[in-house]
Amino acid sequence: MIGLLILAVYIAIFVGSFMVVKFVVRKASQQADFTSLKTVTFGDESAITPDRAASVISVVTIFLIWAAFTGSKLSPVHAPGPFIGDASFTYTAQTADGARDDANVSVRVFELGGDDTPIEVEPGDGFAKNDALTLRAWRSKLLTWDKNDEVNRKDGALIVAVDGKPIDRDTNVRVDGGVVALTDKGTLNFRAYQGLQMEPIWLPPPEDVWARLMEISTEGYQNATLVEHLGMSLFRVISGFVIGALVGIPLGYAMGLSNWFRGWFDPIVEFMRPVPPLALIPLVIIWLGIDESGKIVLLFLAALWIMTIAARAGVSGVNISKIHAAYSLGASKWQIMRHVIVPNSLPEIFTGARVAMGVCWGTVVAAELVAAEVGGGMMIMVASKFQLTDIVIMGIILIGIIGYGIDILMRRAENWLIPWKGRG
Amino acid sequence: MSGLLINDISMRFDLPNGSSVQALKNVSLDIKEGELMSVLGPSGCGKTTLLNIVAGFLAPTEGQIELDGKVVHGPAQERGMVFQQGALFEWMNVRENVSFGPRMNGVPKNEMNATVDHLLEVVGLQDFKDKAIYELSGGMQQRVALARCLANDPEVILMDEPLGALDALTREKMQGLVLKLWKETGKTIVLITHSVEEALLLGERLLVMAPRPGRIHKEYRLPFAEMGVGADLREVKKHKDYGPTREEILTMIWDMEEEIMGRSEDAA
Repeated sequence: MIGLLILAVYIAIFVGSFMVVKFVVRKASQQADFTSLKTVTFGDESAITPDRAASVISVVTIFLIWAAFTGSKLSPVHAPGPFIGDASFTYTAQTADGARDDANVSVRVFELGGDDTPIEVEPGDGFAKNDALTLRAWRSKLLTWDKNDEVNRKDGALIVAVDGKPIDRDTNVRVDGGVVALTDKGTLNFRAYQGLQMEPIWLPPPEDVWARLMEISTEGYQNATLVEHLGMSLFRVISGFVIGALVGIPLGYAMGLSNWFRGWFDPIVEFMRPVPPLALIPLVIIWLGIDESGKIVLLFLAALWIMTIAARAGVSGVNISKIHAAYSLGASKWQIMRHVIVPNSLPEIFTGARVAMGVCWGTVVAAELVAAEVGGGMMIMVASKFQLTDIVIMGIILIGIIGYGIDILMRRAENWLIPWKGRG
Repeated sequence: MSGLLINDISMRFDLPNGSSVQALKNVSLDIKEGELMSVLGPSGCGKTTLLNIVAGFLAPTEGQIELDGKVVHGPAQERGMVFQQGALFEWMNVRENVSFGPRMNGVPKNEMNATVDHLLEVVGLQDFKDKAIYELSGGMQQRVALARCLANDPEVILMDEPLGALDALTREKMQGLVLKLWKETGKTIVLITHSVEEALLLGERLLVMAPRPGRIHKEYRLPFAEMGVGADLREVKKHKDYGPTREEILTMIWDMEEEIMGRSEDAA
């Protein structure tokens, strides 16, 4: 239900901001570049550039919706929150011989860390005595109403109405601050009104996540600082990737240059390539345990096949004219390797390296989720066991940022090292 | 004996299904030092195969190639090659591409630099020494390819449709450059082309090849290349023999093409 509502709000913001940006803002400042003169843009890929206003609004929208549905201070508007405060309702008890009496129930719904002292109530008159109920927001609580009454359920007493409205096992009654239901055993169950906001244990507001980030980055979590957790993950990725590249690239070259190597390793590479590294985690744990060597071997295997295939493709992709030209110019085999084959394969190898880094980063988090003493994945895993959703979300965001950062660095390096890529 | 001798070359490709294709049959040619020869023929006549055999990339099934009386085995720097396109090294700039041959052969640096500077001036790229290959136009790239080949000072230059990918205007300019280089360096040049005009303009000797099996069909000795050196090539085309020769060769090639089409239709 809430999910659909959030989706509707999201689509509304998407469409609304599009209208605003397109017809209000852009009217005021007409662009005067070449693309604006094109009459055909639909289907012209080169005319499509990301609208940066849309990117900014997109990110802001995510945080805004997150804030609005968690009751955060960051959002000026909020979805209706849960009921918090005091309320009351009356129930009507009936004895076996048909006598009826009303009693008042004072309910106090408090938020976590709020005032949870029970309301003091007078017993009142009649055989049904007044009750008090104290519960946390979003929760429900059973009211054993006959505990203090002069009649009880064993003698055939039962509740026939709440707030004057008839109640039975199939009919709930809406009261101030919540809903009252009759259980199978004849007790009352008060469920506080939950509103449309997410409870912090499912989704904490952004500022809680930020506060948790600040706390963990200074105090650490699970015997390691935040830098140690993420640094360890990064260290594993880089070691696994580097070893994988050091083995995979020469192997790929050999496969691209020698029949025997191609024949020998083709079945192995083609078999190992579709095996997801995650499927190797159990075997790696059985063989090497959960310490560093196991993880680095896993990441090595994740990077190895990708780098091998990239290097092989790089060698196979060399235009035969280039090789012929080099031979005609008097180059030796070794010189052709060094001056033609290796530089020619660099674009493919870089593409492979970007893919491999992405796969390694995903694999390390998964491996740490399974078993680790320190690491980004381990941090989220442990936090999830204690339902510390804020740490889980913080961890996911940090993992995403680092993965994105790695890819940006790789792309920068690519543009710097192989400017001829795609322009051969 | 100096010059390039193509001695009774035959080339047969065996196909996986057991049949075989006779790409060349009993091709013999004697190309003298300093000769400019163009080779023309319909597609599939084996002209590129012949060039690859001369360059040493393919070993013929019969016959042999001799350069200055020595039998040729494999590629070597005395037979330079200029390709249609895509044979330059994009990871090197213009100067590094041109100096590739001398560098690989261990030519001393100052000697190499002098050669490279001179050649870049000859092909008109002295201001583009440090440019990347992908920053150059198609015509400029082929100038680099010519200079790179010349930097090694080969005895024979083999050209496999070097101007095929260029636009008409650039192509005409480059044809003038090829003639100029031929005259200035005195190299033996074998040039494969699809263009009858180019074959006429850039061939002291013009060889028309016929397909299935690839063989020499007819040979011409033409005055146009000599006339074209340093002259306007459009003036050369006004020569009284130019038009008739072109028509004759065009008809010859058209007939061959039609024969191929007819044969494949019969086969179908």
